[in-house]
Amino acid sequence: MERKLYNLIVIGGGPAGLAAAAAAWDAGERSILILERDTRLGGILNQCIHNGFGLHTFQEELTGPEYAQRFIDQVEEKGIACKLDTMVLSVAEGEDGSKEVTAVNEKDGLLLLRAKALVLAMGCRERSRGALNIPGFRPAGIFSAGTAQRLVNIEGYLPGRRVVILGSGDIGLIMARRMTLEGAKVLVCAELMPYSGGLKRNIVQCLDDFGIPLKLSHTVVRIEGKERVEGVVIAQVGPDRKPIPGTEEHYDCDTLLLSVGLLPENELTIGLGADISRITNGPVVNESLETSVPGVFAAGNVLHVHDLVDYVSEEAQLAGKKAAEYIAACGDAMSASASGKERIPVEFEGGIRYTVPSMIDPDRIDGWLKIRFRVGDVMTSRKVVLSLNGQPALTKKRRVMAPGEMEELVLTRKLLDAYSSLESVKISIEEDQ
Amino acid sequence: MNTVNLTCIGCPLGCQIEVMMDEEGKILLVTGNTCPRGEKYARKEVTAPTRIVTSSVRLYGSRNGERMVPVKTASDIPKGKIMDVIRDLRGVSVPCPVHIGDVLIRNVAGTGVDMVATKEVE
Repeated sequence: MERKLYNLIVIGGGPAGLAAAAAAWDAGERSILILERDTRLGGILNQCIHNGFGLHTFQEELTGPEYAQRFIDQVEEKGIACKLDTMVLSVAEGEDGSKEVTAVNEKDGLLLLRAKALVLAMGCRERSRGALNIPGFRPAGIFSAGTAQRLVNIEGYLPGRRVVILGSGDIGLIMARRMTLEGAKVLVCAELMPYSGGLKRNIVQCLDDFGIPLKLSHTVVRIEGKERVEGVVIAQVGPDRKPIPGTEEHYDCDTLLLSVGLLPENELTIGLGADISRITNGPVVNESLETSVPGVFAAGNVLHVHDLVDYVSEEAQLAGKKAAEYIAACGDAMSASASGKERIPVEFEGGIRYTVPSMIDPDRIDGWLKIRFRVGDVMTSRKVVLSLNGQPALTKKRRVMAPGEMEELVLTRKLLDAYSSLESVKISIEEDQ
Repeated sequence: MNTVNLTCIGCPLGCQIEVMMDEEGKILLVTGNTCPRGEKYARKEVTAPTRIVTSSVRLYGSRNGERMVPVKTASDIPKGKIMDVIRDLRGVSVPCPVHIGDVLIRNVAGTGVDMVATKEVE
């Protein structure tokens, strides 16, 4: 069956997809289609009604929907085509190197599309109770923090009156405040790790402001109730993260919110056959944010989970621009692959868990490239050292680094140009005396 | 003498700051911060803490069946007024369409600040 051809298809109309599409347009590409499964653009920002978005991008504090609207306006002004309420079922590589996208919606039915390049911007989803092994029945009243956020902010329902929160990720913290404002009593926020996974600002303004205790090194060991949650038992955990007998505390509650991590949503990426990182659960990408499948780019939470949407937008702009460049280089025949050259792996040590990108071709970096990474533990008084060909090229002092806060290093053209042939790139974290 | 303990929100370091004040609330000493931003934050936080309040209100007549529209205070309000602002939103229901920046409640809870819409709803 004939597939309708676009130059670029962007999968996902959240912050990453919108920014990627707009950047591809700005780079000269005009044949673009955004596919979004929700009935409106903006993605998860639509339910993030709190403020604090856009400090880096717009130098002002916006709420989620306001931030999204800035990018929706750009896409609409440019006249970029969008299909809403449209679910992508699969993506595959065609014989001629084009990408085949199969999607479905109520209006068109089955949609068979083809593109010269794709930007994957499907975002992430929340880790669920099933991943945690908490004993007990399966009563009503257990929600992921994001589900509760949707119920309160979009649907207008309060999912419970007495609430315990497990996990101190940002969505859990935000919901502690939101549920309190809507009249619920949030009893405690328990965090398995000895540090919070959320931003400091959220701990102060969402927990401290309302006197909600944060119990670090604690977890839920039992959920009580058969039809509806009636209580939970929380216990302290040791350094091995196992509950310490005798430390159990019972809380009477009707609701348990889980804020226990986000997982990039890569079923389509896996179906396509792109390499996936076992650390980030996102695709492995190069300096152009291109996956192991030439012409398929990725950005935002589908690539690795971000703390700030500002960085998602910035990352997605690079993916959109590079996708447009790839299409331009392809010509009409789709024969010339933009990839192929052996790339230099970005090596790392000293507590770094991963880097994005994980390999680079210095010739394809225009101006600068941000290498983003996360550390595996809280560290103080360190320096981040970037070594090129085994020699320190850049040092950045960091008084504190935490797993919950993404780090970045900027690799500039100027730095790269100092080396006629680049053979190795390494980022290490060292003690800073 | 009064002592207030704060966590600085200026950066990920999250300094534990101690502010000592006399009986009249005059700040005598700020300790525990590791940079000037921390002292500035602590002084504001103990004398006149403010917050932007965000929430959502009911909506009617939406063409695409939306039920709620998110709102925020157009600027900071005193921290102690947060619950008063929220109380003023109860029972409020606004007609569609709503545009970003539309004033939905004037002078919310007597703060002198308006409650504005933060989403486009048709």
